[in-house]
Amino acid sequence: MGWFNRRKTVFVDSDVLVVGGGMAGCGATYESKYWGRDLKVVCVEKANIERSGAVAQGLYAINCYMGMQWGENQPEDHVRYARGDLMGLVREDLGYDIARHVDATVHKFEEWGLPMMRDPETGRYQREGKWQIMIHGESYKPIVAEAARKAANEVYNRIMVTHLLMDETKANRVAGAVGFNVRTGDFYVFRAKAVIVCAGGASHIYKPRSVGEGMGRTWYAPWSSASAYALPILAGAKMTQMENRIVLARFKDGYGPVGAYFLHLKTYTENAYGEEYESKWYEQTKELVGDYIDNHPTPTCLRNHAFLEEMKAGRGPIRMVTKEAFQDPHKETVGWENFLGMTIGQAVVWASQNIDPKHTNPELTTSEPYVMGSHATCSGAWSSGPPDCAPSDYQWGYNRMMTVEGLFGAGDTIGGSAHKFSSGSYTEGRIAAKAAVNYVNDLKNEKLQVSEKQYQDLKKVIYQPLETYEVGRNEIVAGTVSPSYILPIHGLQRLEKIMDEYVGGISTNYMTNEPLLTRGLELLDMLKEDLNYLGAEDLHQLQRAWELHHRFIASQSVTHHTMFRKETRWPGYYYRGDHPKLDDKDWHCFTLSRYDQESDSWDMEKAPVHHIID
Amino acid sequence: MPTYVRTDKCDGCEDQDKAACMYICPHDLMLLDKDGSKTGHAMKAFNQEPEQCWECYACVKICPQQAIECRHYADVVPLGASVQPLRGTDSILWTIKFRNGIMKRFKFPIRTTPEGSADPYGGEHEADMDELADHSTLFTKGTHDCDMSQFLES
Repeated sequence: MGWFNRRKTVFVDSDVLVVGGGMAGCGATYESKYWGRDLKVVCVEKANIERSGAVAQGLYAINCYMGMQWGENQPEDHVRYARGDLMGLVREDLGYDIARHVDATVHKFEEWGLPMMRDPETGRYQREGKWQIMIHGESYKPIVAEAARKAANEVYNRIMVTHLLMDETKANRVAGAVGFNVRTGDFYVFRAKAVIVCAGGASHIYKPRSVGEGMGRTWYAPWSSASAYALPILAGAKMTQMENRIVLARFKDGYGPVGAYFLHLKTYTENAYGEEYESKWYEQTKELVGDYIDNHPTPTCLRNHAFLEEMKAGRGPIRMVTKEAFQDPHKETVGWENFLGMTIGQAVVWASQNIDPKHTNPELTTSEPYVMGSHATCSGAWSSGPPDCAPSDYQWGYNRMMTVEGLFGAGDTIGGSAHKFSSGSYTEGRIAAKAAVNYVNDLKNEKLQVSEKQYQDLKKVIYQPLETYEVGRNEIVAGTVSPSYILPIHGLQRLEKIMDEYVGGISTNYMTNEPLLTRGLELLDMLKEDLNYLGAEDLHQLQRAWELHHRFIASQSVTHHTMFRKETRWPGYYYRGDHPKLDDKDWHCFTLSRYDQESDSWDMEKAPVHHIID
Repeated sequence: MPTYVRTDKCDGCEDQDKAACMYICPHDLMLLDKDGSKTGHAMKAFNQEPEQCWECYACVKICPQQAIECRHYADVVPLGASVQPLRGTDSILWTIKFRNGIMKRFKFPIRTTPEGSADPYGGEHEADMDELADHSTLFTKGTHDCDMSQFLES
């Protein structure tokens, strides 16, 4: 009798199922219940929503706030900003849609108890930069989760969702999700009319700079395991801009944030010899990307590019000049709280190395790449836009519905809408939720169907690593080396090495080309076969096994997209050595992919970029 | 950072229904060893996978016994420093100790309302279902008039 047969099956039926209870998921849960008072809204989360997702540790700033009540910015300005930062390629309809609603979201956070900093003179929220406002955000996530918990009919914590379920009465329609309880091992079948994927983006698909005990000190949370992408991809949804991974220039070793340092504390960077270096690379960068170097503010990737070139020229390390600003006690406090509120590890690195920024200018570094949809990058699912302002090419159904019927997304999951951050992800969750309720209402009494065979087949696959381990374990005396299985950590490190060396990670200075990508895909195919031999000693490792599966699928997608786009659109994020320049003639477009499970093939296509704002 | 648990302080949250650190960890790292079969210490919790720890301090902040501390990543961080919080209901106090002995203390607010008081739809109107298909509004209204005057003709 297999391991899967011993597991209890729990059925949870709902109208709206929210997968992932981070910022986007809390927003989706909250807005769903407002419009769907008579509907059943369920949120499922692999950790505990009180501290889950990218904001679990806290945040010191809300990076997407217009300030419309004071006439500070308009949504149109934010669209222009995100477009400029992403080298011209964003879904302006999606960005506008978030920007017009985001302020109202932030006002709710304040009402619920989030401490906002205020400008003592104007009484307005304290600005860190044009779009950023400063908060005391240690409890940002618990506060937001509290409202979501009260709104939801049910919240299921500690359940790792592994696959989506498809309706069997109509092709290409979602009907729920399955997963397992990480504590009890029970198998969960969530049948739902609409599913909103609000899961996390991807850390740990590229080899991190620290590979020993400090492996977990990635910039993006190590629990962001690419479920945002794997779930839709396996359901056959089209993805966009998956090549648009992000690299962050941050304080060295702790990846402490630099936003407040640049914007509020007015610190600046210099090379090892005390020289300003960004302007030195202006002409060289212009050769590569043309007029995009003149975008204001300078696109994030191009600032990385200057950093990398200066390092390669042998004039590193790059340092942040803090000594001047930190003489002001108020600024010193701000600088430390910035870390303690969101990246405590950086405070530790400094304390342990006796780096007091009052006396020492700390080093910066560039991170390994991450795949996300919410920061200065926009990988994710290709979704239908808001009907009142989306061009017809971007409209085929309900707002934020993917190319699979009934499947919605928000946050890291949705591609094309960069610079949403925490508040924008929450807002996008709300937008998706309202549309999902509309969809469920329109379904009326239509019955969706999930056969027992569908979820039983998945149940067997899900628990297989436990059985593989149990059988293989007896072959060896002790230890982790088995001829019959690899452990999740082994698979993860192989994945990270392949992506690092072939798909533009830190060891090649983010460089790749077609031959490297081709070889990378071959090695990924072998890894895919080997994932059938994953062994899991317990439920904790079973979670790691499924996180690895999700990371793997996202990595394949990233590699195919990187191969397809024959240009270097974002130098500083990654480089195609065989196509080193930006090419607006052929590649001012979105890249789209669809994975077909039956044939195990990836279909690539281009989609037009429409500018809707002047 | 990884975190570790002091044997003499951890009581496995005996008087509660579950161990607080295990309840809160976003990455399923903290494990309560009920019968001591894994650690030799029954009813004590430990970090079962330190190399996946993000140093988020969720377990450190929530531990009612203050039994959890950090010994920072051995491959990155020299020994001797510490960063320890004391989290209350409305503020958090941080103590930073440098390797060379310098101390810094900071106190910051964390919440302006009592825990549990968030009212999701407080003071808002009932949903008007005629607005369900209207994308210019969510239920929180009135922050922006979408005139679209800056839109290009499409």
